[in-house]
Amino acid sequence: MADPALVHLTVNGQPLQAPAGTLLIEACKQHGIEVPSFCYYPNLSLQAACRMCLVEIEKMPKLQTACTVVVSEGMVVNSDSETVHRARKSAIEFILTNHPLDCPVCDAGGECELQDMTFKYGAEKGRFIEPKRHREEQQWSPVVYFDRPRCILCYRCVRACGEGMDVWALGVANRGINATIVPNHQDHLECEECGNCIDICPVGALTSGAYRYQTRPWEMQHVGAVCTFCGDGCKTTLGVRNGEILRGDNRDKSGINGDFLCIKGRYGLDFTRHPERLKQPLARLNGELKPVSWSYALETAAKRWREIQKAQGAIGVIGSTRILNEEAYTLQKFARQVLATANLDHHRTADFPALFDALAGRTGAALARLDDLKTAPAVLLVGGDPTQEHPLTAWNLRWGYRQHKTRLYILNPGDIKLRRQAYRYAQVAALEAAVRYLNGEGETQSQPLTGVAEPSEKRWPQTPASAVAVLDEGLQDFRARLRQEQDVIVVFSGDIAGDTVRELVAFGNSLSGQTRYIALADHANARGAADMGLYPDLLPGYAPVAAGQSGLNLEQMLAALPNQGLASLYVVGANPFRRHPVDPAALRQTFLVVQDLFLTETARAADLVFPALCAYEKAGTVTNTSGQVQPQRRGGSCEGAKSDLEILHRLAAAMGETAWGPADPDRTLQEIRAQVKGYNLPLAQLLAGAAPLALPLNGRVPRAAAPLAPQPNRDTLFTAGSLGRYSATLNGVMEGRKPGR
Amino acid sequence: MTKPHPLETRVVSRRFDQPDAHTLAGYLASDGFRALDKALAMAPEAVIEEVKASGLRGRGGAGFPTGLKWSFVPKQSPREKYVLCNADESEPGTCKDRLILEYDPFAIIEGMLIAGHAIGARRGYIYIRGEYRYLLDRMERALAEARAAGYVGKNIRGRGFDFELHAHTGAGAYECGEESALMESLEGKRGIPRLKPPFPAVSGFMGGPTVINNVETLASVPAIILNGGAWFAAFGPPKNGGTRLFCLSGHVRQQGVWELPLGFPLRKLIEDIGGGLRDGARLKAVVPGGSSTPLLPADTAWNIHLDFDSVAKASSFLGSGGVVVLDESTCMVKFALRIMQFYRHESCGWCVPCREGTQWLQTSLTRFHNGGGRAADVDLMKEVSENILGRTFCALGDAAAMPTLSILQHWRQEFLDHLAGKPCPFGARTSAAGAH
Amino acid sequence: MSPFSPQLEARFRELMQRYPARRSALVPMLLYAQDELGWLTPEAVRRIAELLGETELAVREVIGYYSMLRTEPAGKYHVQVCTNISCLLRGGDELYAHCERRLGIGHKQTAADGVFSLEEVECLGACSWAPAVQVNYDFHQELTLEQLDKILDAYAARARGADPSQGQGGAGSPGPRTALPVDGSGSRGEAALGTRVQEKS
Ligand SMILES: Cc1cc2nc3c(=O)[nH]c(=O)nc-3n(C[C@H](O)[C@H](O)[C@H](O)COP(=O)(O)O)c2cc1C
Ligand code: SF4
Ligand code: FES
Repeated sequence: MADPALVHLTVNGQPLQAPAGTLLIEACKQHGIEVPSFCYYPNLSLQAACRMCLVEIEKMPKLQTACTVVVSEGMVVNSDSETVHRARKSAIEFILTNHPLDCPVCDAGGECELQDMTFKYGAEKGRFIEPKRHREEQQWSPVVYFDRPRCILCYRCVRACGEGMDVWALGVANRGINATIVPNHQDHLECEECGNCIDICPVGALTSGAYRYQTRPWEMQHVGAVCTFCGDGCKTTLGVRNGEILRGDNRDKSGINGDFLCIKGRYGLDFTRHPERLKQPLARLNGELKPVSWSYALETAAKRWREIQKAQGAIGVIGSTRILNEEAYTLQKFARQVLATANLDHHRTADFPALFDALAGRTGAALARLDDLKTAPAVLLVGGDPTQEHPLTAWNLRWGYRQHKTRLYILNPGDIKLRRQAYRYAQVAALEAAVRYLNGEGETQSQPLTGVAEPSEKRWPQTPASAVAVLDEGLQDFRARLRQEQDVIVVFSGDIAGDTVRELVAFGNSLSGQTRYIALADHANARGAADMGLYPDLLPGYAPVAAGQSGLNLEQMLAALPNQGLASLYVVGANPFRRHPVDPAALRQTFLVVQDLFLTETARAADLVFPALCAYEKAGTVTNTSGQVQPQRRGGSCEGAKSDLEILHRLAAAMGETAWGPADPDRTLQEIRAQVKGYNLPLAQLLAGAAPLALPLNGRVPRAAAPLAPQPNRDTLFTAGSLGRYSATLNGVMEGRKPGR
Repeated sequence: MTKPHPLETRVVSRRFDQPDAHTLAGYLASDGFRALDKALAMAPEAVIEEVKASGLRGRGGAGFPTGLKWSFVPKQSPREKYVLCNADESEPGTCKDRLILEYDPFAIIEGMLIAGHAIGARRGYIYIRGEYRYLLDRMERALAEARAAGYVGKNIRGRGFDFELHAHTGAGAYECGEESALMESLEGKRGIPRLKPPFPAVSGFMGGPTVINNVETLASVPAIILNGGAWFAAFGPPKNGGTRLFCLSGHVRQQGVWELPLGFPLRKLIEDIGGGLRDGARLKAVVPGGSSTPLLPADTAWNIHLDFDSVAKASSFLGSGGVVVLDESTCMVKFALRIMQFYRHESCGWCVPCREGTQWLQTSLTRFHNGGGRAADVDLMKEVSENILGRTFCALGDAAAMPTLSILQHWRQEFLDHLAGKPCPFGARTSAAGAH
Repeated sequence: MSPFSPQLEARFRELMQRYPARRSALVPMLLYAQDELGWLTPEAVRRIAELLGETELAVREVIGYYSMLRTEPAGKYHVQVCTNISCLLRGGDELYAHCERRLGIGHKQTAADGVFSLEEVECLGACSWAPAVQVNYDFHQELTLEQLDKILDAYAARARGADPSQGQGGAGSPGPRTALPVDGSGSRGEAALGTRVQEKS
């Protein structure tokens, strides 16, 4: 017996099955029958505007749009008849009536759906002799350009912007033949600049300021990489020509992010080509940083460190949240084994140790993947502003709301944009007290809501009123409703830490159904840095160091600098002096070694600077904030710089560590899989990009003697720590938004 | 006010010669709201049955049986139900709803109240095209009077029936007469039609089950309830119940709007009521039901009866009741062009064949009328029209294609004559229309 | 801060309550705003967006769709000549061409003195009283060229203040709908449709 939820139909004489509710166009696609379309786009609202997908269905007098018809039992479809072919040909003829045939100079040439369809289904020769209506191209924002005659009005961009991004910055002006896509501010666009409209445009009507006219698609290699900006770990396909990364895009939709990329993943990668990229080691000679050879730099570092070790001087190591897992793992090994120090840390933006401590003893799935947010029945979001800081998380939450009516409970001190999708929104004065209240302690009255009456900015034309956040009902109702949920994903930011995280988890675990967790940490490999043990008191996989063996944490190290408390500080891929400026005079006794892409505040104060490759220029793995591990592939290159892994191996060799051998990310990964709790992931899955989930649950995680609260980065869509400053595109957008312009 | 013509059967227009019927007092003095009282005493299903029995078919153009439409509304609905009156009257050749709005606004109100009772709706809106401002004002005055007297609002006639009713203005868009585009417009959006199914009876205005009817349809309802469905049905031939308003225009001596039983001979309308063609000219063609219906050549037109089925048999439609008479002096190229200009201008632009097709056809027809073009374009125009027909998102595309195809079929020679440089009956003037 | 009169603001408040969702009031609000201001100024767009809790883009999208709504000023008297089929057959084109000549302006243009603007429009619903012209909201039907001239004369006189019944209407406002020459128009006996101009005040 066939599955009762399956519907049987016949397409072109071929019997098919599809789950009830499937759109005919999808059912055909699943069985390898292509029904061409322009306006149809999976998971966006249906338009039936282009009329490209017309098919014959028995018992229906007119041709039907396969993009809107839902399969039904016994349906007999012909998508290959003479009539259907004629209809397609005519649809293309109509679309081409005013579409300029400037394919050779069009950015979309070679990856244009209209070009492909015309080739496949169109007439050989145009029959219309009318001149085309020309319009000048318009620049709508630093990122978005619009060429009106090329637009075929498929409304994909409008939907991607509105339904997908909840930005609603694109609309349709005028009527009939004069209808056109317009930006929200008449002649310019003010939006999140995500570029999804450009990617989703089937033709070359929307093109990007960051990429246009630089190359032809077939001149590039396309390398699937993981974005190096926020902690969500989107896949971005790098377009690389001669080692230069020209764009990131998402056309193959193969990553964990599906259709989505934000401005950083798509255009922010122009930092790789910034003229100030470091390409040679620098050493401070007579007070000034001067280019030196690699061997000189490596030997100098090794020599000084050996001297310091001999003199029993303290060495500190600050690691990075952007380096790959293999590098972070090797860095902690280098610190612990080669430099023999426990003074090791990184900039923490979420309290993973507290989460894993609280989850100790939980059996079954305790962690959720970021993509689980797309289907979760209920989500509790505590702190943070995913729209700005975790764009993919926000996208997934909106998706869940749109497609599955996810009930989103938000607890936040401010007024964040996701309120529009919220089922219950509590704007609270203090998160800690609110969490304590959820967990059954404290009075709701003692923690009054801040009482903002109306959301300040309403821009969601199609959000039903019922979905708009409910305020002022008090936490009582909020908690009561949550307690009825059976399946909740709890998402929290670095706004809460330590015992508050433990209380939140206690509350989550007290719910009757399944509860899973995601901690939101900033930067591409923040989670990897934590999992790989860049802590003074925790080894890889959150295993505690031997009793009494823990070292200084980041704050303690920085505090020690002015008192000459550290003889050397080795900073890898981090810029701590940006947040904690240090007087150069105080550093005179400290041998400061920095490894980075640019001459940051910290690098500028260094005695020795190693030029590093960025994440797009090396291979290895990264772990996103929810713990999904993905391979990083080498796209671009930067002559003169080296990967952090290679630098570490060379330094180890210079320090006399003979067992390490040359840097080899694969070998290091094997070691991680063997050594790090939660990382023994199936290699095939991992390399295929299935993004398996690392579960480094290791029993109780001891509390640090001097706990260090995370400091969220508070990035916006257009900033990215120190790195974002080197992206011309991000800067261009920021520049355009300065008041008074 | 209009005096009845001896050949007229006045049902919907029975108050057109009564000077004060647009006031509540005048309305009440002539049977006003008696049908409502009667309907409120009936079970909703019984009201629907009566309307079904009347054979009333929609007067807005499509001619769908009204009682059947009402019966599609689910009895139970978690969402509020609505009754909408389509007073967008924009189909070229049609100007009948205007008279009802002017002379008998309360009949519309009463018809909507009865519909509301029948389907279980508590709210209704009358969507009036923006150009009819004075009629909007008039309707609002009527509504205010009705509300003050307890005919609209809570607990109407003390029978526990609540019905809130408002007039609503459009702002210039033929497409907003299409029922789902009207609902979009009534929700404050662009008048883009909606995907169907779901049909309005299931999911219409604000997603609630909705009955939408033309002004004349709704205004016919009180008389049907008062006199019985069978009484109404008897005026016309089977399945073509009742009377309807016909708008006569074009090359006749006497233009005007008259109420005639369905099945009335077209020839009689033109000759006996319209006084025949102007200046003794000869008939060339008739648009039987508004600009979207295929034109009938003279010989067909002379023998046709004005009911849904007869006109359909002659390959056209009774449509909205707009009968436009063309004499021999008419340039059919120009006529086709003017029709296409209209549809190009009114195409909402949503779907490709209508948006691009009407533009291309207009361009092509303009060129022809100016004596340019290619002979091959005659066939191309036909093919392009066929490529629009049945392939667009809503019926506007069909409305543009159908008259064009009929003109290309019956008057193909005139296109070739234009190419050959023969003088155009209208002269080669093209209006500025098309600039817009 | 509102570009509208207090009366109009009050009317908007009432309108927004008539519907299950206030956005439904958008099209009427736009038309009434245009009646008062003559056209939909950026301030009007902003205010209406604000009242409805919508974006300005959403409001502009709607404005662009409806042919009666305009984002530029028109003349004090907006002369709309129907040339659609029924009017075409009875001289609509001639009326339109005459307006162009007499007013010295074309489709959707406004005369330099701002008194008249002209538009060739689609069917006005006056087919059985063709040819028809609408000036602001007032219908003039079954017109001959002579009658059209008289009507335009009367509007021109009113614009000069020569007509005592002249009201205070702003540019493009419908103006007072009092005695205008409608003589002869409406050949249908009682001329009901022609005389409605009087009824409307
Ligand atoms: C493009 C288009 C325009 C229409 N315009 C009108 C109109 O102005 N008035 C009207 O009553 N129906 C109009 N209709 C028909 C309506 O969609 C709908 O069928 C009608 O309002 C139903 O009412 P009825 O059943 O009483 O006729 C139009 C349909 C289309 C496709
Ligand atoms: S046929 Fe298409 S473009 Fe034309 S009015 Fe209907 S939806 Fe709009
Ligand atoms: S894909 Fe179905 S109409 Fe465009």
